[in-house]
Amino acid sequence: MAYKNIWSEVPPAAVANAVSRFKRGMGKYAVVISDACNDCLKCVAVCPEGVFRARGGKLVPPFDHLCLGVQCSRKSDRCVRNCPVHAISVGLNPSAEALGDKRWTADLLMSTWYMSETGKLPKHDLEYRVGASGGGFDKLRFLFPKRPPRSDLDPDQIDTSISLNRRADRRVKIDIPLPLYGGGMSFGSISQITMLSRVRAFAAWGSLTCTGEGGYPESLYPFDDHVITQVATGLFGVKEETVQRVKVVEFKYAQGAKPGLGGHLLGDKVTPAVARIRETVAGSSLFSPFPFHSVYSVEDHRKHIDWIKTINPMALVSVKVSTPTDVDMVAVGSYHAGAHIIHLDGSYGGTGAAPDVAKKNIAMPIEYAIPKVHAFLLEEGIRNEVTLIASGGIRTAYDVAKAIALGADGVVTGTSELVALECVRCHNCERGRGCARGIATTDQELVGLMDLEWGTQRIINMLHCWRDQLREILYRFGLDSIRRLVGRTDLLAHLDYNANVPDDDIRRPPE
Amino acid sequence: MPRKYHIEAHETPHRFPAIGRSGIIDWGEGCLKCAQCVKYECVYGVYGKRTFSADIFGDTIDEYCKDCFRCVQGCPKRLIHKTINPEWEQLGDDIYTPTVISATWEQAKTGKIPVSGSGYGGMFSGPGFDSMWTDMSEIVRPTRDGIHGREYISTVVDLGRRPARLRFDTHGKLLNETIPFVRLPLPILFDMPPFGRISPAVGRAMAVAASKIGTRMLVPYSKMNLFGDYPSGVVPVLDGSDVDGQWLSLFDMVQVPYSDDVMDVIGSLKQRKPDQVIAVRLPAARAEIPLILDLARNGAEVIHCLADQRGFEPDAPDGVHLKDFLREAHAKLMELGIRDEVTLVAGGGIAMAEHVIKAMLCGANLVSIDIPLLIALECRVCRNCVENGPCPVRMSEVEPGRGAQRIVNLMAAWHNQLLEIMGAMGIREARRLRGEQGRVMFFENLEAETFGRLFGNRKSW
Repeated sequence: MAYKNIWSEVPPAAVANAVSRFKRGMGKYAVVISDACNDCLKCVAVCPEGVFRARGGKLVPPFDHLCLGVQCSRKSDRCVRNCPVHAISVGLNPSAEALGDKRWTADLLMSTWYMSETGKLPKHDLEYRVGASGGGFDKLRFLFPKRPPRSDLDPDQIDTSISLNRRADRRVKIDIPLPLYGGGMSFGSISQITMLSRVRAFAAWGSLTCTGEGGYPESLYPFDDHVITQVATGLFGVKEETVQRVKVVEFKYAQGAKPGLGGHLLGDKVTPAVARIRETVAGSSLFSPFPFHSVYSVEDHRKHIDWIKTINPMALVSVKVSTPTDVDMVAVGSYHAGAHIIHLDGSYGGTGAAPDVAKKNIAMPIEYAIPKVHAFLLEEGIRNEVTLIASGGIRTAYDVAKAIALGADGVVTGTSELVALECVRCHNCERGRGCARGIATTDQELVGLMDLEWGTQRIINMLHCWRDQLREILYRFGLDSIRRLVGRTDLLAHLDYNANVPDDDIRRPPE
Repeated sequence: MPRKYHIEAHETPHRFPAIGRSGIIDWGEGCLKCAQCVKYECVYGVYGKRTFSADIFGDTIDEYCKDCFRCVQGCPKRLIHKTINPEWEQLGDDIYTPTVISATWEQAKTGKIPVSGSGYGGMFSGPGFDSMWTDMSEIVRPTRDGIHGREYISTVVDLGRRPARLRFDTHGKLLNETIPFVRLPLPILFDMPPFGRISPAVGRAMAVAASKIGTRMLVPYSKMNLFGDYPSGVVPVLDGSDVDGQWLSLFDMVQVPYSDDVMDVIGSLKQRKPDQVIAVRLPAARAEIPLILDLARNGAEVIHCLADQRGFEPDAPDGVHLKDFLREAHAKLMELGIRDEVTLVAGGGIAMAEHVIKAMLCGANLVSIDIPLLIALECRVCRNCVENGPCPVRMSEVEPGRGAQRIVNLMAAWHNQLLEIMGAMGIREARRLRGEQGRVMFFENLEAETFGRLFGNRKSW
């Protein structure tokens, strides 16, 4: 067998099973097998979901996160009825209730895990499209026509690509095949394995991932063409050399989770490796300043962009801003300063560590900012010259489509990939040794909980499902390209404005 | 530059284990004693730290658990589950929610701002203060780097009347009399909680805390004896009981309840001690706004408007929230051109640090807080005491020194949160927050501007 160096190779974007790293996955239902079981393995034969598996002629503990629930189990041809010794019982998983929050409900977490494990959409039992926050994306629905309007459309040929350079300049033209790329997550806030899993998965799909403000670890060098390097206020690890490596450079003016505040990386996570890349001292907390003290006007902003453009004559420049009242002015200012990508990060976005008071209260949710900026760019006649990217609370493929219908060209995600890697959103990323699940940590032992191939595959699987869902949405509207969905607010309804919009998930019977 | 204001926090542990959000249920029956959970799964050493607490008559495991679900997923016999703790879910009410209470306990213990990883997990918006977002500065309006001490952000506010303009005689000599005012280093007054076993120990804890951080505690005159002799930390609130005028003139500020002859009452107090600041207390109800305008016109110095415990108009089933009351009162005072002359204090339903800033942005000069003082002392907002039931945390037995430090810690955490939000807004002066509504985004406005424009009229609010 030829030696394969997974550390430097872009894997294929193909679905493969990637089962939970832990002894048991977590799902809505719990399958309990009593001591009466005599290993007849009839259940293995009757369950099409693969809940029951045997090893060496013996039944192993059930994979109950794949179970479709009580109703299914009681059908005449399924497990409960077919167990000769009545050893199987199926009920709700009591732990599922303690899981998740209003934005990432237990259903959203579990459906994302399911997609990441199998590369398939969950069947009928999980809500995989929206959360329960009672506003924004969670109250928006698509007004699908009863029948797909175009029969000539081949769903597999629907175009989901977007262009990142829409300016008529001589810089690199980048089209990414999915309308999304990975948001900035720094080395230090997440582990190297997590970082590389994201980079490799997005590279597999031909897209990009951002380094965040933690510098550019050498392990990313093989993936230079799929990396966006970030220049943030702390300027950690920003060097001419790293700016020249990449095709896209991102200025982080602000982050949605903590708009107007600098980054936080608490001392515990600043290991010698992190400190080396960031050119700082191990063990001492890193607080980036806010704002860029070199930028106090649009003219300064332009100088900033010119600086990057001079150092790297091919690169595209993205400007990541948060969502203040005058976000539309900021966006137009950035366009005139020379940005290719305007990246709006809404107030409910992710973070490795931020004051709760900032996450909840500062700046507006992305759902308001997208239409506001889109409309203003149209008015100014420059909408076709910038790529408008939205982030901050994009959790599902439906969120992606809604953000685009509200006026964005594409989106940036972050938390979703971590959920694909089995994040439970316990919010403890910043404390002590960091993430107990080995995702957002730099602790030697905890980092070892995850393996690179597994991590990459989980994210590849999730992106696969998202691409399929996007195509399905476009197909149902008869649109042959995601670019035709931009700003189509006429295809959306808001449940607080129109309560009579059916919830027509084609996977489930109508309400 | 004034000396930098800093509240010194010292970790002060709880007397009782804090009730946590979720609980671990581990079935002893069937356990293999493999210790997988203890040795391999728990990163936080929860299974090692757990003990039996006689105070709660139970296991302390839930106090340490951080909800990572590792043990749930790792137990070979699948005997470990997590559930939401019903006791936690029942804490408090719709304003002092379990989340708010837990966060307040933690701040009172550590004095630190709650910081966490991952994005916000709550509702998109909500009633009252949850229907507004504060602005931030970007690119052309510099933010202020206050929290790490790189720039100075002042939270000082003044209570008192301000003349509309200075007057001079023909020789350029100032004609205005000096007008008394009380200066507080942070825009928060302590008010008497509407319930709770306020023993002398509790009173002392509150008064000491107020005096330590440089603010004042409003205390009904008849209960002054509970608060020891802290004239510098206490503001007597006249409540109809007989008043010792001599003693009263020890205080630089006094509060009187609103009555038809309130200006006469103020006049007689002023006669005794002209440099005493007199505040008038009245309900934060829209019907009272004409009275507020009259008071402001007639020379009242400080007007303290109180909403009910939830932050809504008192005794009004469809009453407006404090934020809407403040916006209206502020706007009317602006129309009359007298807003700068009077100090408006807002109280009732101020449960979190963010409410302080939001109330100020809606038009208050500063706020008063009450129930959070009790929560700092581990109150669970069960309101058993209202019906003379037993207090689950034996409030009256608080050790005053430790109690005071916990309140100080809470204020240290709040002060830093004020700095965070002000820094993000690019505002360096708490005085400039008053009524600064251009730097607020209200839910109803954002909805109308975006979804309203797309989808027409909103059917439900």
